[in-house]
Amino acid sequence: MENKSCFHCGDDCGIHPIIVNDKSFCCNGCKTVFEIFSENELTCYYDLQHSPGTIPKEVAGKYDFLAQDNIIEKLTEFRSDTLEIVTLYIPHIHCSSCIWILENLNKLNTDISDSQVNFGKKTVRISYNSEKTNLKDVVLLLCSIGYEPYISLEDFQSGKKHINRTLIYKLGVAGFGFGNIMFLSFPEYFEVNEYWLEQYKHLFRWLMFALSLPVVFYSAQDYFISAYKGLRSKLLNIDVPIALGITVLFLRSTIEIIFDLGSGFFDSLAGLVFFLLVGKYFQQKTYDFLSFERDYKSYFPIAITKIDKDGHEDSIQVYDIKKGDRLLIRNEELIPVDGILINGRGKIDYSFVTGESQPVSKVSGDKLFAGGKQTSGVIELEALKSVEQSYLTQLWSNDVFNKNKEDEFTTITNTISKHFTITILSIALIATTFWLVIDASKAMNVFTAVLIIACPCAIALSAPFTFGNLLRIFGKLKFYVKNAGVLEQLAEIDTIIFDKTGTITSNKSSHAIYDGEGLTQDEALVLKNSLRGSNHPLSRTLYDILETHDIVTLDHFNEHIGKGIEAQHQAVNLKIGSAHFVGSPMEQSALNTTVHISSNSNYKGKYTFYNSYRKGVAKLFNALKPHFDLVILSGDNEGERENLKKLLPAKTKLIFNQKPEDKLEYIKYHQSEGAKVLMIGDGLNDAGALAQSNVGIAISEDVNVFSPACDAILDASKFKHLFNYIKASKSAIKIIKWSFVLSFLYNIVGLYFAVTGQLAPVVAAILMPLSSISIVVFTTLCTNFLGRRLK
Amino acid sequence: MSVIYILLTVSVIVGVAFFIVFLLAVKSGQYDDSYTPSVRMLFEDELVKKQTKQSTKSKTD
Repeated sequence: MENKSCFHCGDDCGIHPIIVNDKSFCCNGCKTVFEIFSENELTCYYDLQHSPGTIPKEVAGKYDFLAQDNIIEKLTEFRSDTLEIVTLYIPHIHCSSCIWILENLNKLNTDISDSQVNFGKKTVRISYNSEKTNLKDVVLLLCSIGYEPYISLEDFQSGKKHINRTLIYKLGVAGFGFGNIMFLSFPEYFEVNEYWLEQYKHLFRWLMFALSLPVVFYSAQDYFISAYKGLRSKLLNIDVPIALGITVLFLRSTIEIIFDLGSGFFDSLAGLVFFLLVGKYFQQKTYDFLSFERDYKSYFPIAITKIDKDGHEDSIQVYDIKKGDRLLIRNEELIPVDGILINGRGKIDYSFVTGESQPVSKVSGDKLFAGGKQTSGVIELEALKSVEQSYLTQLWSNDVFNKNKEDEFTTITNTISKHFTITILSIALIATTFWLVIDASKAMNVFTAVLIIACPCAIALSAPFTFGNLLRIFGKLKFYVKNAGVLEQLAEIDTIIFDKTGTITSNKSSHAIYDGEGLTQDEALVLKNSLRGSNHPLSRTLYDILETHDIVTLDHFNEHIGKGIEAQHQAVNLKIGSAHFVGSPMEQSALNTTVHISSNSNYKGKYTFYNSYRKGVAKLFNALKPHFDLVILSGDNEGERENLKKLLPAKTKLIFNQKPEDKLEYIKYHQSEGAKVLMIGDGLNDAGALAQSNVGIAISEDVNVFSPACDAILDASKFKHLFNYIKASKSAIKIIKWSFVLSFLYNIVGLYFAVTGQLAPVVAAILMPLSSISIVVFTTLCTNFLGRRLK
Repeated sequence: MSVIYILLTVSVIVGVAFFIVFLLAVKSGQYDDSYTPSVRMLFEDELVKKQTKQSTKSKTD
C-alpha cells in the first residue's frame, strides 16, 4: 500500500490518513489549518505551491506574556490607541504561498488592517486595530495556521531596528554625478574648436565642478576617513592611495578650470568613485535571513511563567527571575536559568547547547541547566541563579565576544597596497625631478598625472568582486559566509578543530547495537510491535532500525511514561525501557544511552545507541589530513573514543570532556603558537570557540532555525564538501593576485602617458573605466569557472 | 540669452528630478526588499481565479 503525502505539509500520512474533501492529511493539526483556509476562501494557498504548510504546534499558554503592556511596548514598532504595528520573524516563510497567505491575514481576522511580508528577512509586518484585537491574538492566529513567529529575548532588547541605507545613497549620488559630468565633458573630448564652445566652456566646466562636489565630499568620504585612520595607525591601506588620487584629481581639476588651463578630470574623478562604490556594494551582499551575531538572547524566551506562593501563575520577564523563584516550564519551552527540578518529569533536550539530540531524563531534585528544552509535559523548577549568571550564559562575559576579528587581520589588498603606494610615490618623485631639470613648467603636471593615473581603482576592485562573487556561489551551495574577510582567512587555515556531537555526528539518525542473549522470533515480533505504539524518541529510532515483522495486535500494551513499555502478546511478556524498570542486574551505563529488554521477567539484554556519523566524515578527514592538523574537541565523555579512532585517520587528536571555556582556551593556546584555526561546531557551547577561532563555521541542519554566532554557516548536508570550499577560497586568492598583475599592466601604460607629460583628460577617462571594467569581467569569469568546478 | 542656457537648465532639472525620485524611492524602503514585490505582483490574478473556482465548487456540491 502506498502512503499518501499530506496535502498541507507534504509529510508521509502513514497508514491511516485523515481524509477531508478527498484530500489526505497526516494529522489533525494539518486538517484544521486546511479547514480554516477553506472556510475563509483561502484555498488558493495550495494552488501556488504544492504542500506549502507546516504542522501547527500546541502553544496553549506559551504566549500569555504577550498580554503584558511593557512587553507589547518593546515589541511593537508603532503604538497608538487604535493602531499597533509589529514586525514578527517567522522562520517557516519559504515560498510564494507563505507570502500570499500572510498578506491575506485580514481575511482571517478583520481587525488586521495590513500585513506585509519581507521574504528575504522572513518577517511579516502586521498592522492591527489594538482596540478590537491584541498582539497575543495575532500571534495565536499565526500559530493556528502553522506560522509560529519566533520571539526571543533579543527582540526585547534591541528595540526598533534601524536600516542603514547610506551606501546606496552614496552610490546614487556618485552615479548621478558621474553620468552628468560625462555628458558635460563630451564637447571637450572631441575638441571642437567652434566659437560657441569657446564661449560656453567655462559654464560647462563650473557645472562639472559643482556636480563633483557632492561626489568628493559625500560619496567618497569613507575613503578619506579610512585613509586617515590607516595613516594614524601607521598603516598604508588601500584607501591611502585612493584618497590621495581623489584629492589630487579634485585639486588639479579645480586649479585647471580656475586658471583656464584645461577642462580638468572631473569625469574620471566621478567615475572612479562610482566604480569603487559599486565594488563595495557588490561585496556588501549579506544574507538577510541569517544572523551571524547571535548569542543566547536569540534563543531564550522573553518571559516565563512564575508560580507565586499562593499558586498563582504569572508571566514574568526572564531578566526579573530571582534566585528561589518557582518557575513553570511547559512542553517545548526553554529553561532560561539554572535550577532544580521540583515537580514533574523532565525530559530535557540540550541540542541547542551541545548538539546532542537525545533528550535527557531528569527527576525531581536533579539540577537543570539553562538552555535545555523541556520535551514532555509540564515541569516546575526552582531558580538557582539569575539569567546572566547561569552556567551557559556566563560564557558570554568572556572578552572574546567583544573584540572585532577583522581589525586584527591584514587583507591581501592592504598588503599589496603598502608596496604599491611606496612605488608610486617614488615614481612620482623621480619623474618630477627629471622634469624639473628638463622643463620645470611641466613638473607639477607630471607629478599630479602620476598620482591620478596610478590611483589603484582596479586593485581596489579585484578583491570585492572576486570575493563578492564567491560569496554568492557559496551561498547557492548552502555555505553562507559572513563577509569577504572570512574567505581570505579561510584560505590561510592550517588547523581544523571539530566539535563532535551534532557536528561530525548527525542529529537525525543514530544506530544501536544489541548486546545480550538472543531474542526468539516471537520476542522480536512483540518488540517491534510494541515499539510501534510508542512515541518516545528512542522507540522511534529503534523501531526504524529493527527488521520489519508482521503487524500483530498486542493483547496488552502499557507505556509507563519516563520508564518504559510493557507489552503482552500470547505467551510473551516484554518489558522495554530503563535498566531499573526492566530489572537489569547491571547498573545503568553512564557513558551511552541504552534501552534494556526483559522477557517474562528474565533479563535479556540491551540496545546501546551510538552516534551516527555524517556521511563522508572519514573521507573528508582523510582528504584533509595531509594539509591540516585535525582535532576533535568534544564536550562529551569518552564513550565514542574507540569508534572515532577506527573511523578517523591516525594522528587525529581526540580530546574529550571539554567545557565551553576549555574549548576557547584550547584554541587561544594554539593561536598563540601561530596556528590559524578553523573551528567547526554547532551548539551554543561552541560559541566561545567559534568566536575565538580565526574562522568559526557553524554546522546547521536547518539554516533558518539555529546557529550560534559565527563567521559562516554550513548546511549539514554539505559537510562532506568542506575541503572543496577551502580549496576554492585558496583559488580565489590566486585569482586576485592575477588581477593585480593585470591592473599593474594598465598602470604601466597609464604611467607612460603620465611620466612623459602627455596625459590628456580623454586618455584618463578611457583608461580608468576600461581597467576597472576589465578587472571586474576577469574576476567574475574566473570565479564563475571556480564555482562550476565546485558543483 | 542663448538657447544653450535653456537647454542646460532643462537637462540639469531633468537630471535632478530623477535623482530626487531615486532618493525618495530609497527612503521609502523600495531597495530594502527586492524579492517579495516580484512575487506579490503575481497574486492579483490568483485571487480572481480562486473566486471563480469557489463558485464552480459550490455548484457541484
